[in-house]
Amino acid sequence: MDPNVKRKIRLVVALSAAVLLAVGLIYTSFSASSEAKQPSDLLNASGGSYELTGIVVPGSIQHRGSELNFRMADRDGSKPSLPVRYHGEIPDPFQGGREVIVRGTVADGTFMADRDSLITKCPSKYTTEAQQDPQHVIITDN
Amino acid sequence: MITFGAGCLILAFAVAIYSGVAALLGTRGDRRFADSARRGVYAFAILLTICVVIIEAAFARTDLSLQVVADHSSTTTPAFYRFTAMWSSQEGSLLLWAWVLSLTSSAVLFATRNKHREITPWATAVLMGLGAFFTGLMLFAASPFARLSPVPPEGVGLEPLLRHPAMAIHPPMLYTGYVFFAIPFAFAIGALITRRTDASWIRSTRRFALIAWLCLGTGILLGARWSYSELGWGGYWGWDPVENASLMPWLVGTAFLHSIMVQERRGMLKVWNVSLICMTFSLALLGTFLVRSGILDSIHAFGESTVGGPLLVLIGVVIVGSTLLIVSRLPDLRSEKRIESLVSRESIFLVNNLLLVGLAAVIFWGTFFPLISELFTGNKASLAAPWFNRYTTPLAIVLVLFTGIGPLFAWRRVSVGAAGRLLARPAIAAGLVTAALAAFTDAASHPFALVMFGFAAFALAALVQEFARGAAAYRSLSGGSYGRALMGLFARNRRRYGGYVVHAGLAILLIAVAASSSFQTSRDLRLRPGQSAVVDNYTITYERPTADINPAEQRLTFGSVLTVTKDGKPYATLYPSRNYFAGVGTPAGGGPIRSFFEGEATSEVGRKTTVGGDLWTSMIPDLGPLNPLIGKADRKLMAIGRGIKPGDVRAQQTFGALQGLAIRKIEQTYLHDPPPANFRVNVNPLVTWIWVGGAIAVIGGLVAIWPAPEARRRRVADVYAARLARDLGRA
Amino acid sequence: MEILLAVVVVAVVVWFVSGPLRRSAGETEAASERLEDPRVAELEARKEAKYREIRDAELDREQGKLSQADWSRQDAELRREAIEILKQLDQAREQAANGRPAQGADRPAP
Repeated sequence: MDPNVKRKIRLVVALSAAVLLAVGLIYTSFSASSEAKQPSDLLNASGGSYELTGIVVPGSIQHRGSELNFRMADRDGSKPSLPVRYHGEIPDPFQGGREVIVRGTVADGTFMADRDSLITKCPSKYTTEAQQDPQHVIITDN
Repeated sequence: MITFGAGCLILAFAVAIYSGVAALLGTRGDRRFADSARRGVYAFAILLTICVVIIEAAFARTDLSLQVVADHSSTTTPAFYRFTAMWSSQEGSLLLWAWVLSLTSSAVLFATRNKHREITPWATAVLMGLGAFFTGLMLFAASPFARLSPVPPEGVGLEPLLRHPAMAIHPPMLYTGYVFFAIPFAFAIGALITRRTDASWIRSTRRFALIAWLCLGTGILLGARWSYSELGWGGYWGWDPVENASLMPWLVGTAFLHSIMVQERRGMLKVWNVSLICMTFSLALLGTFLVRSGILDSIHAFGESTVGGPLLVLIGVVIVGSTLLIVSRLPDLRSEKRIESLVSRESIFLVNNLLLVGLAAVIFWGTFFPLISELFTGNKASLAAPWFNRYTTPLAIVLVLFTGIGPLFAWRRVSVGAAGRLLARPAIAAGLVTAALAAFTDAASHPFALVMFGFAAFALAALVQEFARGAAAYRSLSGGSYGRALMGLFARNRRRYGGYVVHAGLAILLIAVAASSSFQTSRDLRLRPGQSAVVDNYTITYERPTADINPAEQRLTFGSVLTVTKDGKPYATLYPSRNYFAGVGTPAGGGPIRSFFEGEATSEVGRKTTVGGDLWTSMIPDLGPLNPLIGKADRKLMAIGRGIKPGDVRAQQTFGALQGLAIRKIEQTYLHDPPPANFRVNVNPLVTWIWVGGAIAVIGGLVAIWPAPEARRRRVADVYAARLARDLGRA
Repeated sequence: MEILLAVVVVAVVVWFVSGPLRRSAGETEAASERLEDPRVAELEARKEAKYREIRDAELDREQGKLSQADWSRQDAELRREAIEILKQLDQAREQAANGRPAQGADRPAP
């Protein structure tokens, strides 16, 4: 076969493969994705598959056996918070006031989180404000 | 000294701008400007070194008047971490970026000071443009020399999660990787502008690209290792946007390293190579950007910041500029030769380029999908690990196959019939391994994993065959023993055989990834002291609780002792625990003791590592039963606290000590009346081999980078010169 | 004290960086001499690479990737290319010695 024809065939094959991959990618990604929401968006929602991002309301964390219950509020903290029920691994940085991401669905006004889907953002390293610590516990040597 | 340091930074900025301008003037042919620009780069490096030394000294003596120190260190931070805290800050990491850039630019300009008279001035201009950008960012957006007034009495301290050696080295490794890719990028731009599109720019910068690739890969491995051994999550890769941001340039950089070999030998794939390096560097900048902006939700995304915008502009300029430049130089980038045969190393490398870029494209799509979907549907939607795994696994599997085929093939063409012979033995070995796995284990229950095992076995068998046959061939040409022949192979072509070692390491790593993810067992247990549970063929018993207080680190630890038996015989004793820390960014809300327990915490993982895999446990004590005690302590303490006048330092210190006493009481209660604890138990088969494979790959990379002794090369060349001279005489 | 240090540093940097600009014509000539001719350098690198290809082809034949016939064909072609490079190298060295720097873009040699 003429080498030029060979090369054209190879090019067509490669391009077709790329296009197929791209189409497959695009098609499945829209259906496999979870919409990103804030707690205030889901106050009256039900069902669905969401990725919820917000702040853990300080003082709302309750461990009941292996279940973790807490409330999440929008980042600006202005609107009412949404209760969350979660099972699974709890990341180390998880605490009140931290920003977290969790996946799941809504049922009866409570966000039912998928197992092991809780991610806590590392506390802000890259802001340029000093953090003043008002309550500094001191453990002494005795 | 701080003011002096700030002055040095300003001077560095000015020098960078001068060098860039002088280099541009030098492109017209006047050597004086080019030489002056080069000296400017050296001065830039020295000035930034002074800045780094001053900042680190401030960290070493915990100079809290400096904002970066107050925000990221404290008097109780251990010495080593005080030193590494510099790059946990925005300002410090920008300084690190600029500093590494200055050092590596100086190195390459020194090495090429008498070469490439046309390309080097352009490369200098590009590098100093970057240098000016990063120092400018520091001066105008995030200065490491910013002061605090009044000086706080104590710093915020280093995030406890970062108090780990791997996390200390991880950022510098990544930055070194990103920055070193700037060198071949700058020279590529210079080569394109001056139309010197032969392989000269590649030869001078290849070692820098290799170092970049190695550092970036090591940084990624360190991050994965830290995540696995330190976090209470027990995974090593989560397809988090920032993880992906470091993987993408590594993948495209790998393609670049392979593809340039084709250009050096056959003058082909020139467009690929310039495109690949521009893509790699753009992705490296993107990686730097993703960690600092807040545009993607991620574990690492640190919220809004002031440098995200300018970085995005820089990335835009780099991408658009290099694309326009490449398109305008397409006539100069035409290949000198054609691919002679599909059964050749050149064609394998071309497929390799496609696979790696394809893999990077999939990861890119998935990482930026929230923004893409927002563009098209108005909603931010994100993709999680299952999607990434589904689309990267097939590509990774095919890639493993090619890491075996590539070394087997020769350049230009493999003789008809020889291909079959070369592939036969490794293929048979792979087939046997796959059949054995399917027959004697439950590997067939995860077909993708089984295919991965088979292909990786092929690759390893192919590499063994390469080494064996290579040594035999070397021996028949030069005599000596097999051992010496093997050494001889490495000595005469470090890049190639070091590269084969890297392939072997990666094949092992991917086997381990497939095994530890597809065949993992994960269970949640809730046990009281004395209770047992069974996971796989392990029996786990919660023997007793432990507690510890460390005043030096202001840490309370609640732990446990777990004994594990396997098939009735004692197997391991594990000590998972959870640490609670005082005083790092504790938010107000509830009383001081409650905040302590809801504050900063880390997990100590209990792990038994063997060649066959890991038994991994983490623990979260159930503090519910302690709540009444905590509440009582808080009420009493808050009542006392209300009576303290602000500014009464002694009273405040006594108050702090009272809080400490309350913690001790709670510790005693925990030991005497322990509540049940939640344990996560993972059985991870073969996970150890991820680290082993990674280490082998790193060693292979080091072998490939190591320079061959000058004398040896000269000697061999002379022999051939003599032979060819004879030919010339006859011709 | 810091101000003095700063002034000294600025002075040193300015002196160091402007050094090449203050060179006399003679020094500039000398600096130019030391610069390698890009064409010569490129050909030297190609020569080394070609020698390596010749050796590797031999090893490939020993390993069985190339048949004897294929190898002798490739080896002859590689040696022809190497001789071509050596000829161009001699030419380029002569040109460089005569003070004529390389002009224009390199025509790629096989």
